[in-house]
Amino acid sequence: MNLTEKIIAKHANRDNVKPGEIVEVSIDWCMANDATISLNIDIFKNEFGFTNVWDSEKIIFINDHQIPADSVNTAAVHQKTREFCKNQGIQCHESDGVCHQLMFEKYVKPGELVVAADSHTCSYGCVGAVSTGMGSTDIAAVMGTGKTWLKVPETIKIDLNGILQKGVFAKDVILKIIKDLSASGATYKTVEFSGEVTSRFSISERFTMCNMVIEAGGKSAMVAPDEKVVSMFQNKNIDWDFLTTDSNAAYSQTITYNLSDLTPQVACPHFVDNVKDIKKVEGIKIDQAFLGSCTNGRFDDLTIGANLLKGKKVASDVRLLVTPASVDIYREALNQGIINIFLEAGAMINHPGCSTCWGACQGVLTKGQTMISSANRNFKGRAGSPESDIYLASPATVIASAIVGKITDPRKFLEDIK
Amino acid sequence: MIFTGKGFRFGDNVDTDQILPSQYLVLPSIKEMSKHAMEPLLKDFSDKFKSGDILVADHNFGCGSSREQAPAVLKELGVQVIIAKDFARIFFRNCINIGILLIELKEADDFQDGDVISIDTVKSIIINKNKTYTFTPLSNFLKNIISKGGLVNYFSAKK
Repeated sequence: MNLTEKIIAKHANRDNVKPGEIVEVSIDWCMANDATISLNIDIFKNEFGFTNVWDSEKIIFINDHQIPADSVNTAAVHQKTREFCKNQGIQCHESDGVCHQLMFEKYVKPGELVVAADSHTCSYGCVGAVSTGMGSTDIAAVMGTGKTWLKVPETIKIDLNGILQKGVFAKDVILKIIKDLSASGATYKTVEFSGEVTSRFSISERFTMCNMVIEAGGKSAMVAPDEKVVSMFQNKNIDWDFLTTDSNAAYSQTITYNLSDLTPQVACPHFVDNVKDIKKVEGIKIDQAFLGSCTNGRFDDLTIGANLLKGKKVASDVRLLVTPASVDIYREALNQGIINIFLEAGAMINHPGCSTCWGACQGVLTKGQTMISSANRNFKGRAGSPESDIYLASPATVIASAIVGKITDPRKFLEDIK
Repeated sequence: MIFTGKGFRFGDNVDTDQILPSQYLVLPSIKEMSKHAMEPLLKDFSDKFKSGDILVADHNFGCGSSREQAPAVLKELGVQVIIAKDFARIFFRNCINIGILLIELKEADDFQDGDVISIDTVKSIIINKNKTYTFTPLSNFLKNIISKGGLVNYFSAKK
């Protein structure tokens, strides 16, 4: 079995599983956020008729999508969450950061099986956990029982080789892969990343890769834990010998890349798989740039942006919004002087949360406006008006574009890319 | 069971931000949210769609976020069946859980806006413009959940 199959088999209390089988599994963590919590609670109480959650220590609620409350309706959702958490003894995070970043920082461990009411739950493959997004009815059932059913997915193995050019990042790699797979190319499947480029990626970069597998329709993502992951969890009791792929592991498809010639990539409106080389979109005028999200709002992303921006200004007709993915990242960026570089350059800093990644609160766009973003989706209307445009790119491309006021190849500032 | 209704035709990659834009997720009820269903793609969809009409789309219908409000607003407006070339995974599962029948049909290109479509779930056939199409029924496991009316009832029956 490959690692995803082994982890599912273990949670199904089985010796082995095969792709296509439907199995009942026990869940290690169940997370929900304020985009859907209200519906989860209603279904949990009113439809299933549950009174108590299965294990209050295994359920995490996170208000992150519309924090701080931007309307009376949002305030009501947050209040309902707080009351439910208080009554059930559930940990409720507010103002701590984006749900997936917090699950990664505080809860999820290698080998675990995690479900959450959010599509980007596939992120935790970066530490060798199997994780997937579900809707409210499924999540309400897990909240009540700690169990769910899963169809064992087929696995696509993507072997990443070569040496990335300076100015080309994990985000460019995953955008290129989504272009090649298409928005539905991994539907119902797991994507396992391997190869020398994957090995060289930091855990944060692996997070970026796994996070966006859903944009190709993927159910979950996986990077087999290596010494970097072992070192992150050195104080935890983890059976590392179990967390390996068997020598006879099967894959439904293997795709091999040599990434040495890859250039910066940009996903163009209004589909994440509408990806073009930077040279095809350079010069498009932007009104707003966003650096943040669970995809690219971590300390390394902010550092890349700050290095590019140091001593420069954001173009006069561009708004640059920066949102660290968590309070821990925010604090570190403050302590290292990174936040100050953004402020000096004229950026707006938002409190950690989903922020401008989705068009429900901070930094929405009106008709005719264009944004370049380090986030994960550019769907029509995702940032407000259906008549606005979103381009997705790496933090370096976002910041280079904010400086120039037009979509810009970050390699223009090559000496500033550390 | 027979379903007959007017077809509403959509294209590829209809994502959940189109089915229900993010800014409406905090409205206090599914009924209020449903007034904004499909808003970016078809203005006044909620007025034009009559209960029992049938959505038809191309590839990857329902991609994007996991928000169950997306299928829930469609159900609220009276969507009982969606035909598409294929569906995104989380949306598929959400529909099964709330009891919307999903039919994968490669020949969805033959279907146009306004077609009067008839579906026979016992024979697994669709009739449109005097032509009959056969579809693959869902697996027994999923059929069992739908036949109970969704995951809540399926779960109650297991208890």
